[in-house]
Amino acid sequence: MNDKKWIVLGLVIFLGLFTFPLWYNLLVRPGTAAPAPEVVLTDKAKAARQCVMPTEFMKTDHMQLLDEWRLKMVREGTGTFVNPEGKMFAASLSNTCLDCHSNKAEFCDRCHDYVSVAPYCWDCHLDNPKGER
Amino acid sequence: MLEIALKGSKTYYAWILALLAIIGMGFLLYMWQLQYGLGITGLSRDVSWGFYIANFTYLVGVAAGGVMVVLPYYLHDYKAYGRITVLGEFLAIAALVVCLLLIFVDLGQPMRGLNVMLYPTPNSVLFWDAMVLNGYLLLNLIVGWNVMEAERNGIHYQKWLKPLIYLSIPFAVSIHTVTAFLYSGLPGRGFWLTAILAPRFLSSAFAAGPALLILLCLFIRNTTKFDPGKKQIQTLGITVAYAICINVFFFLCEIFVVFYSQMPEHMDHFIYLFFGLKGYNSMVPWMWSSMALMVIGIILTVNPATRKNEVTLAVACVVIIFGTWIDKALGMIAGGFVPNPLHEVHEYVPTLPEIGITIGVYAIGALVLTVLYKMAVGVKEEVRA
Amino acid sequence: MESSRRRFMKMAGIAAVGLSAQPVIKAVAAAPTNGTHSLQKGPKALIGSQWAMVIDTRRFKTERDVAPLIEACHKTHNVPHFSDRRHEIKWLWETHFHNAFPDIVNPHMSEEAEHRPYLVLCNHCENPPCVRACPTKATFKRQSDGIVVMDMHRCIGCRFCMAACPYGARSFNFRDPRQGLVEKEMNPQYPTRMKGVVEKCNFCSERLSEGLMPACVEASKGAIVFGDLRDPNSEVRRVLRENFTIRRKSGLGTEPCVYYIV
Repeated sequence: MNDKKWIVLGLVIFLGLFTFPLWYNLLVRPGTAAPAPEVVLTDKAKAARQCVMPTEFMKTDHMQLLDEWRLKMVREGTGTFVNPEGKMFAASLSNTCLDCHSNKAEFCDRCHDYVSVAPYCWDCHLDNPKGER
Repeated sequence: MLEIALKGSKTYYAWILALLAIIGMGFLLYMWQLQYGLGITGLSRDVSWGFYIANFTYLVGVAAGGVMVVLPYYLHDYKAYGRITVLGEFLAIAALVVCLLLIFVDLGQPMRGLNVMLYPTPNSVLFWDAMVLNGYLLLNLIVGWNVMEAERNGIHYQKWLKPLIYLSIPFAVSIHTVTAFLYSGLPGRGFWLTAILAPRFLSSAFAAGPALLILLCLFIRNTTKFDPGKKQIQTLGITVAYAICINVFFFLCEIFVVFYSQMPEHMDHFIYLFFGLKGYNSMVPWMWSSMALMVIGIILTVNPATRKNEVTLAVACVVIIFGTWIDKALGMIAGGFVPNPLHEVHEYVPTLPEIGITIGVYAIGALVLTVLYKMAVGVKEEVRA
Repeated sequence: MESSRRRFMKMAGIAAVGLSAQPVIKAVAAAPTNGTHSLQKGPKALIGSQWAMVIDTRRFKTERDVAPLIEACHKTHNVPHFSDRRHEIKWLWETHFHNAFPDIVNPHMSEEAEHRPYLVLCNHCENPPCVRACPTKATFKRQSDGIVVMDMHRCIGCRFCMAACPYGARSFNFRDPRQGLVEKEMNPQYPTRMKGVVEKCNFCSERLSEGLMPACVEASKGAIVFGDLRDPNSEVRRVLRENFTIRRKSGLGTEPCVYYIV
């Protein structure tokens, strides 16, 4: 066990590099964090007032909801979503979500970019269902 | 034990570097495939599996062939093989690594590969194939490593290994049987739809695997202080002789059924391979070479004079490896997919990037084999010194 | 010391395996539990327990008669067009009699029937070999309507289903399909696919759920009848009762649900 100091040194260097983003932001560049993004609602979205579910739920759980939609739609053929108020919607990313939120760049992308996630929805689903461009 | 593989001559390191360079080339080509899609291969909607799956099928055979030293040693107490069982097991490990990687590079969406575990589907043969291949890999790693470590320490291997060793024998048979079932259970693919396919796969595996092992033993004897043994090589030679004869016999059984019954659904594939169909005949020279090579292999291994001479035995092994490779890798895929289910002929030719990626994967296998054999031979040299 | 370090490594290894299995357990256990909302069939959805199709081939004399159907299908579903035959994607296409029915070989058949174009597509078999082959249930026989569906989010692109299909009905995305589509002509209501997944005809399940007949049926001006095979009073069953029909490679036991009046 005469390599102890090397092992400890190696571990320290590893941990240092591993936590680099944390202490870099905290110590070297405090207060420069990017501000949380503001999403833009289209007129249609504003007029609707509420999404298929309450806004708070949508903010935190829209991905789970979409996952459930695609699972049920594809695998069980149940493509109509009924929300707690009893309102019905087609369980469709392209035809329901993007119908209101037709401004993907200002609505979807802003937050996704901010939290650095790259969902591959758009590899297949077209982002302008109304064909406006 | 891994430290043994770090000490080597300049040639050893040059070989490792060369392999790494080839792996790097293959990796770059794979990045291209990942970016563009499998369109960089010669595959099409008619021939939807190609060079990757062909070589996968062949290498499963090489992996299963390792059992031809394990079985006589542990089941029949054939003591002579004690020296080389670990070589058989390590060859199986390297071959399995190549197999699994070839499956991986064949996937259109490799990032989702683990869906096979996330949504286990027992009615799919591919699910079982993934299970037995990984299982056999694990068994060989555990058994090979521990037995070798015990040998190094001069003790008998642990008792709990024994059941795993026995288990590895049916597992070896299962990996190639299940791989054959991938093909032979499909309605409407007349070339594969035959109960003889799994036996054919096994017989060619038990020829090709030991043949490769003979070549590796000869190489080890010529380059290291460890001699796998003349007797061992000769016994392997007999195994190869029987297996290649049985392989050709099984093939002729298939030929009889197909051409005597004259059912076009089954016959047209063989006609395409050996004579060409509707003017398409790119497989014809390959298939006849395969036949010729296997016959030469039989002559050289069955004849005692040429089998006992290690030079001609080595030639026979090379010939058999190539003959069975054409038969089982190229022919199995091309024959199965041409003509297609609509009875149209669309031929398949692998592209250069496709071949490059395959070579890169083979190089990974060679690297694994080099390191494992370096360790095995190092231990043997240590024990005998 | 030696042995305790070793034991530590072993325990750490076991713990690592356990931890790595956790997301799997979570994924399996995380069935949607929210009771306040639900997914159901839409009010307009057409209901059938085994959809089937009867193609009256007598109504299609030349290529020009089938082209609009193929176009309707491929337009609706954003099926790309590639000039390289190897990358071709086909959901619905036409072929010769002896290609569509290679097991019904007859050297002296009616010339008129022999030279008709025959539409071929996924047969949505009652006993589908592709479903048996798929290692992830990405392609499956949907219990509710008998359609052989592809789950594009789950397909790993192993192409075992393509080897298993005796009708050559499946295509693979050898490259990004959007490169084979003209953006202005795409149907924005329906997704494209991504490279590396298999695709095929889906019996227009997305149209059925909105109360519409499949695109090809709609474009066929009555030459294709579509309906529920399990309903003895359905239009499909009536047509099957009144006409002699054949199916592709019926000897294989796959029980195709696409019937042909010849």
